[in-house]
Amino acid sequence: MSTRCVEDLNAALVEIFETRDDVELIGEDLLDPYGGAFNASKGLSERWPDRVLTTPISEASLFGIAAGMAIRGRRPILEIMFGDFLALGFDQIVNGISKFREMYDDQVSVPLVVRAPMGGRRGYGPTHSQSLEKLLIGVPNLTVVAASEFHDWGALLHAAVDSDDPVFFIESKIAYGKPARRPAGGYVDGWAVRETPGPFPAVRLSASGFADDQVTIVTYGPAAPIAMDAATEMLLEDEVFSEVLVLGRVHPLDLAPITDSLARTGALVTVEEGGVTGGFGAEIAAQVQSTSWSDLRHPVVRIGARDGIIPSAPGLEDEALPSVADVVGAVERLV
Amino acid sequence: MTVDVTPAELYRRMYRIRLLEERLLDLFATGALVGTTHTCIGQEANAVGVIAHLDPERDIVVSNHRCHGHYIAFQDDIFGLLAEVMGRVDGVCSGKGGSQHLCSGNFYTNGVQGSIVPLATGMAMAEKRTHGDTVVCVFIGDGTLGQGVVYECLNMASLWRLPLLVVCEDNRIAQTTPRALAIAGDVAARATPFGVESAAYATTDVLEVLDAAGAAVEYVRREQAPYFLVLETHRLRAHSKSDDTRDPVEIAAMAAEDPLLVLAPHLPDAERREIEAEAEAELAEVAAAAERSPVAGRSVTGAGAPS
Ligand SMILES: Cc1ncc(C[n+]2csc(CCOP(=O)(O)OP(=O)(O)O)c2C)c(N)n1
Repeated sequence: MSTRCVEDLNAALVEIFETRDDVELIGEDLLDPYGGAFNASKGLSERWPDRVLTTPISEASLFGIAAGMAIRGRRPILEIMFGDFLALGFDQIVNGISKFREMYDDQVSVPLVVRAPMGGRRGYGPTHSQSLEKLLIGVPNLTVVAASEFHDWGALLHAAVDSDDPVFFIESKIAYGKPARRPAGGYVDGWAVRETPGPFPAVRLSASGFADDQVTIVTYGPAAPIAMDAATEMLLEDEVFSEVLVLGRVHPLDLAPITDSLARTGALVTVEEGGVTGGFGAEIAAQVQSTSWSDLRHPVVRIGARDGIIPSAPGLEDEALPSVADVVGAVERLV
Repeated sequence: MTVDVTPAELYRRMYRIRLLEERLLDLFATGALVGTTHTCIGQEANAVGVIAHLDPERDIVVSNHRCHGHYIAFQDDIFGLLAEVMGRVDGVCSGKGGSQHLCSGNFYTNGVQGSIVPLATGMAMAEKRTHGDTVVCVFIGDGTLGQGVVYECLNMASLWRLPLLVVCEDNRIAQTTPRALAIAGDVAARATPFGVESAAYATTDVLEVLDAAGAAVEYVRREQAPYFLVLETHRLRAHSKSDDTRDPVEIAAMAAEDPLLVLAPHLPDAERREIEAEAEAELAEVAAAAERSPVAGRSVTGAGAPS
């Protein structure tokens, strides 16, 4: 029986705690029986009371505390209750965590994992529903990993903890409760799957078996199921074949699978749950116009949230966030 | 706690810091250096008096923009610091950090006010886990008491009983803002509601600082619990290079309490002059060596040159 993504994550945390004694978990409301606001950390404090530190509500400091621990040889995992609260840590992130190794001329490393749930569609409202990855994209020396329902969450977390440099591990809030859609025999729901090599793979899904796709849809995190539903609808209703590329690492970008796909399709749509200005799609669009200029037959289209807040009421939230229809509409204009 | 340092040795330590920083100001004044620097001229008794109790092999110092005195007192590395500020490849961070972003061994500084306190708190957490007899000492200025993270960390260091010594060097000014415009209420008392031991001294006498810091360091090491030590002092020069807005009369009055003057009667004049001559010769040698070190990166001329 397949497990839910949050259970995969929890199992990986347990394995990591069993195999490494330098790892510590810090954050708010971590203690059992609660085990963190999304229960990802359940069962840890009972088995390892000395290595699970439940903290006051002090995010601005917690990022620096975790960095100090990491510089001095521990491997902290900092659980941030809602990704929105990364905002409180930005000084430490931008002026400390991301800089220490380089500014101190490689005399230190900061092996720190920040786990943060992002995304909406749970009705939590404007300050508990955002996808703020774009604020991290481009911060030098940071790695930003996004776990989507198409990823092996446990493998991603192991790789993040094994990294000697800071990793922001963005968890898709709506995926927590769903089973991971992992390939069986090379397929997910009839779509051929390829994964790129490396610790934070991109999952590539193609209806045509990577032969005759007409459009490349690049996405990550909580936007991935929207992109996939749109691609499925277009396949069934319009016989439009697409390749959906779900990135596992959104910064720094690995452009290779995107340019590879564009060489076949010549058309690119990006789908993210945050606003598009200065975001994920904007960065990809800028990069592919130099790497894939001769392959592109259409302007790049970016799909994301409307400008403005993410309202609480489900109907208003749905209007604000990118939809399957937005993606279908974008592709139809292209092909 | 007492450490075995003679007045002559304390004088030597303070004088070497003083000389280096005066040299830095000269180099800026003549345009030989670019960027910025914050000297601790007038505050050397704190660096020397506190750090005399710390062991560079075991303890940790986390400092701020005004860090040169702390660095030299802890790491005894004038060459590495000077070369760093001069942007040379032999600087402690190969020129990448500059004056306020130093790292060497167990010494770390960063240039954003307040941010270093969480960092030091995390280090204290790690050291408590792995060693159990370490002291992590973080230096802040009075102006930095405006940052909320300082109080978050006093709270957590107390909750978790971390071996964190917070030294607040209260020179009653932050850049140009006098303490009265930035700080309400009492400084040392701020530690009390968090259950953190504290003490405050107004002195530039390194012997008094040595005693006060000895008690504080011993407490932190023994109890593995935090301590908040306030040392009221005088910044005798500009905030950075030449930006002093204070009344010269006020500065002259403070200069009478220059820690070098205060300590001088504790050692024979001849010995003092010998220490000074030795330190001057040492600096001349170190400065020449730093000058010989290759410039980090490409040489910058024309429109991109720093002004
Ligand atoms: C967050 C932040 N704000 C402003 C500054 C600019 N700045 C550098 S030093 C300083 C004054 C600091 O005063 P204080 O903490 O009293 O230390 P002192 O300079 O007196 O040693 C200011 C405002 C800074 N570096 N960081």
